[in-house]
Amino acid sequence: MAEQEVKLMKGNEALAHAAIRCGCDGYFGYPITPQTEVIETLSELKPWETTGMVVLQAESEVASINMLYGGGGTGKRVMTSSSSPGVSLMQEGISYMAGAEVPGLIVDVQRGGPGLGTIQPSQSDYFQATRGGGNGDYYILVLAPNSVQEMADFVDLSFELAFKYRIPAMILSDGVIGQMMEKVVLPPFKPRRTNEEIIKECPWAATGCKGRKPVVITSLELKPEIMEQRNLQLQEKYRKIRENEVRYETKFMDDAEYMIVAFGSAARIAEKTIELARAEGIKVGLFRPITLWPFPEKEIAEAAKKLKGILVAEINAGMMIEDVRLAVNGTVRCEHYGRLGGIVPEPEEMVKALKEKFL
Amino acid sequence: MKAEIIIAGFGGQGVLSMGKILAYSGLMENKEVTWMPAYGPEQRGGTANVTVIVSEERISSPILSQYDVAIVLNQPSLDKFESKVKPGGILIYDGFGIINPPTRKDINVYRIDAMDKAAELKNSKVFNMIVLGGLLKVCPIVSTDGLNKALYKTLPERHHGLIPLNMEAVEAGGQIIEKV
Repeated sequence: MAEQEVKLMKGNEALAHAAIRCGCDGYFGYPITPQTEVIETLSELKPWETTGMVVLQAESEVASINMLYGGGGTGKRVMTSSSSPGVSLMQEGISYMAGAEVPGLIVDVQRGGPGLGTIQPSQSDYFQATRGGGNGDYYILVLAPNSVQEMADFVDLSFELAFKYRIPAMILSDGVIGQMMEKVVLPPFKPRRTNEEIIKECPWAATGCKGRKPVVITSLELKPEIMEQRNLQLQEKYRKIRENEVRYETKFMDDAEYMIVAFGSAARIAEKTIELARAEGIKVGLFRPITLWPFPEKEIAEAAKKLKGILVAEINAGMMIEDVRLAVNGTVRCEHYGRLGGIVPEPEEMVKALKEKFL
Repeated sequence: MKAEIIIAGFGGQGVLSMGKILAYSGLMENKEVTWMPAYGPEQRGGTANVTVIVSEERISSPILSQYDVAIVLNQPSLDKFESKVKPGGILIYDGFGIINPPTRKDINVYRIDAMDKAAELKNSKVFNMIVLGGLLKVCPIVSTDGLNKALYKTLPERHHGLIPLNMEAVEAGGQIIEKV
């Protein structure tokens, strides 16, 4: 039962532990606040001596993501982590991975922008994460943890989904979840896949072509007729993901007249907001998208049917609210509350916003 | 019981580690805990603060507007957090370097001269443990037994010899804290 032991650690640390435990083959990253504990923890744990997992400090974020492209192309479970400005640098590589259908995990522990911005928490990479971020018609899977436990749990889930659909997956966290310490039960150890297992499970991967035709992994195709077909295949894959992989959580919705839609750390603050508002007799519930892409649009539309209003609370100037508005399609009023530039909204501010906008 | 606590002071006073020990003590007693540090410019040479929540129930937000307990160890922290203590809550301050003491009448104000006590003990490193002892005296959110266990759990073995000294500092803190 040693593996069930409850630990107290930061989100970034839990993520690093979980990576080793879920059979990750390689980590490539470059330090940046507020996620540097990921590579620090991995360097302390020295998994190359135990599971054989590679941990490499790359020369830049551009290098990290291209190492992911290469590693993922051989069917290995590879990951990188960074914070907002670093993830911006990776967008070209992510687009290439999406185009070449290479799985991999990218972790963004968001900080305020634009540009170098600030090192304080933010959720202002929502558009970049959920709209692809790089060039071309593509999406990546985006999971938004709201606790240290989910920072740990989403590593294996991301890899599973990334390989199931041959798509890059992202854990979109932020400085609050990365830096905060909470109780966590780490996932059980799972061995890294052997080369034989990879060859069997990933026939598309470049695993050495002895005795078979070489596989070519590329996003380039100069014949538009073929390129259109490849795009249509991607779109078909995205349709399947939208149909099957939506994840969300609701709380206090049974008698709710109002709903706060929030993800990640903002959803935790929203929970406290709801406790405070309910103490004043305001019937408000929570809808927390766990997958930001695919977005739980049908579920939000369904929940909105009996509501008087929706407050979308984000640590940005209003990004997810666009998806919520598209989901409810004008049937209920949607308002936004957020703070910018690294300021994290406090629960009482959210209560005030709820009252000002709806009561 | 649930305590929402902010600890604030200068970087280097042991604010973050005090919070960490408190959080670990809660863990030792199977309570729910969160520890949320200011990791920004404050930590890099100015004031540092950490929010610690210890609760019997699941904790919602690690970010708070108001606190049950504020421990303030310098004037800027006192100025910033005095107004954020819930009515009926607790404010603990170290008298060292405080020019404008707290003025609120609707909260319980305690003074602990931990800086002086640490000087008296000729060990400035136990300053934060003295303060922690003071906190546990007026707000026993975790037991000293839990605290003792937490120290054994979190400190590397080579430092275990120092734990009795730290527990003495905790004891001293409990003795010198006084209501204002």
